Amino acid sequence: MHIHFVDPYQTGQSPVHRLNPRAKLVLALGFILVTAAMPLGAWPVYVLLFSLTIATAVLAELRLGFLLRRSALALPFVLAAVTVIFTTPGTAWLKLPLGSWAISVTGAGVVRFLSIAIKSWLSVQAAILLAATTPFPDLLVAMRAVKIPRLLVAIFGLMWRYLFVLADEALRLLRAREARSAKLPTSPLTPPPQGRGMPLPWQGRGWGLGSLLWRGQVAGGMVGNLFLRSLERGERIYAAMAARGYDGEVRTLDTLQT
Amino acid sequence: MLNSPLWGNPVSPAQMHIPDGFLSLAVSLVFWVIAAVLVGMALRRSGRELGERQVPIMGVLAACIFAGQMLNFSVAGGTSGHLLGAALAAILLGPWAATIVLTAVVSLQALLFQDGGLLVMGANIFNMAVVGVWVAYAVYQTVRRLAGQQAWGIFLGGAVAAWLSIVIASLSCALQLALSGTSPANVVFPAMGGIHMLIGLGEALITLGTLAFLYAARRDLLTAGAAQTTSNRAVWLGGLALALLLAILSPLASTHPDGLEWVAEQQGFLGKAQGPFFELIPDYIFPGIPNEALATIAAGIVGALLILGVTLVVQRRRVS
Repeated sequence: MHIHFVDPYQTGQSPVHRLNPRAKLVLALGFILVTAAMPLGAWPVYVLLFSLTIATAVLAELRLGFLLRRSALALPFVLAAVTVIFTTPGTAWLKLPLGSWAISVTGAGVVRFLSIAIKSWLSVQAAILLAATTPFPDLLVAMRAVKIPRLLVAIFGLMWRYLFVLADEALRLLRAREARSAKLPTSPLTPPPQGRGMPLPWQGRGWGLGSLLWRGQVAGGMVGNLFLRSLERGERIYAAMAARGYDGEVRTLDTLQT
Repeated sequence: MLNSPLWGNPVSPAQMHIPDGFLSLAVSLVFWVIAAVLVGMALRRSGRELGERQVPIMGVLAACIFAGQMLNFSVAGGTSGHLLGAALAAILLGPWAATIVLTAVVSLQALLFQDGGLLVMGANIFNMAVVGVWVAYAVYQTVRRLAGQQAWGIFLGGAVAAWLSIVIASLSCALQLALSGTSPANVVFPAMGGIHMLIGLGEALITLGTLAFLYAARRDLLTAGAAQTTSNRAVWLGGLALALLLAILSPLASTHPDGLEWVAEQQGFLGKAQGPFFELIPDYIFPGIPNEALATIAAGIVGALLILGVTLVVQRRRVS
């Protein structure tokens, strides 16, 4: 099992794919900046911005389902903004009785909440379009072109190259643990084994106390293992780079015209 | 924010990665500037400490923190505890290198996986790579110094640092949300703080397990590493100051939301909001929240006093 499937880049030869990566980076950031600067409740502008992202996706020959499914990722965060529905002053649309209290839903609150959610959704789409049409090495060149420090970009590049290697390593660790120890029932709906009741947090393996601590310790051991392997891998990579003439200066072949 | 397999991205679990759209333009830009200055400082400092090995080591370790966030353990009912890694990085690599490593993690999560926004990336870097790392480093070093050569200093320090780094970073996140007018201060501070007091326990458990493993396997990393020998008084004081400021500010802000609202209005963040912001939701309207707020306040004050007391004790020891 390899984890390459999570790389968001979708191969293609569309005009969007062939666009200069620096232009794409600046355009995506510009789009997000414009979206953020729009006032609350500017519905026509939101529709216009949405048609822009959809048009780009069509031009890039991306599946719309991919864009829409992936852009739902940021949705859970809207919980952080839900309360503005009830706290923004304005004319009450709806009064919800809660025992002896009542919460009122205001028009201004609903507008504020919807605006935040829609702006966020549009911005995520722009970021997805950027990542889906630009190979990461090109994005690194673009970052250099917009004057992000060379050292930081070099670290990003190395991180990206080993991201999938180490994610695979983490998956192997997880698989090894699963092979050696039973899983907890993942939801209250899963029938517990051997007719027992749902285990409480601290009752993982058997009924003894301290099992949550034990599980945390196992996960911690895995993280420690991963850290040691990464540290040693980093040292080996440094040695290999030094053997090939690395002197602390990262030289890249910036083949793209920027 | 919350971590449940239902919501979380299986690859990079969203912990407190703010997406675009949730912070106002002004707040986003201010935190971009702050983050740029601090990361620039970190690049200079860690270059001095690590030299030419900096790029390969930090690149791989950033990938390691990213992959380490996948290693979870089940808690109950489908929820799981896992790592953010700021505290672990601060303990093992020292504060400046950890700031860079976490910056790389946060940046790639946003760029590749849209986990956290691009315009708000400065705020996310500030919360996780600066607040998370510095608070953890300050707490860990303080406890280590108190413990002298005793091993319990490593474990207690690590666990407390991990828990506090998560909680304080979430308060910083809450502050940004409140300043942006996205969520009222008297709701967002207790809610974020309360949730992350629980999430932080998972972080503390894993960090403890990791330190126990490394103590058995490679004790030299914990006792003689570069992170332990270099003195970083500025980070130490900065981390303590950040922890104190946020721990004191958050209960203040949630009991007197008018203060933050005033700031927000002065900056024009709230746009057309007129009249008192909270007239429709008197404090007593949500039965649970007053207790949670009290819990936040109490925890904040206790934590602040604890750190203050520990610092005073350490200072006195050094003088005598």
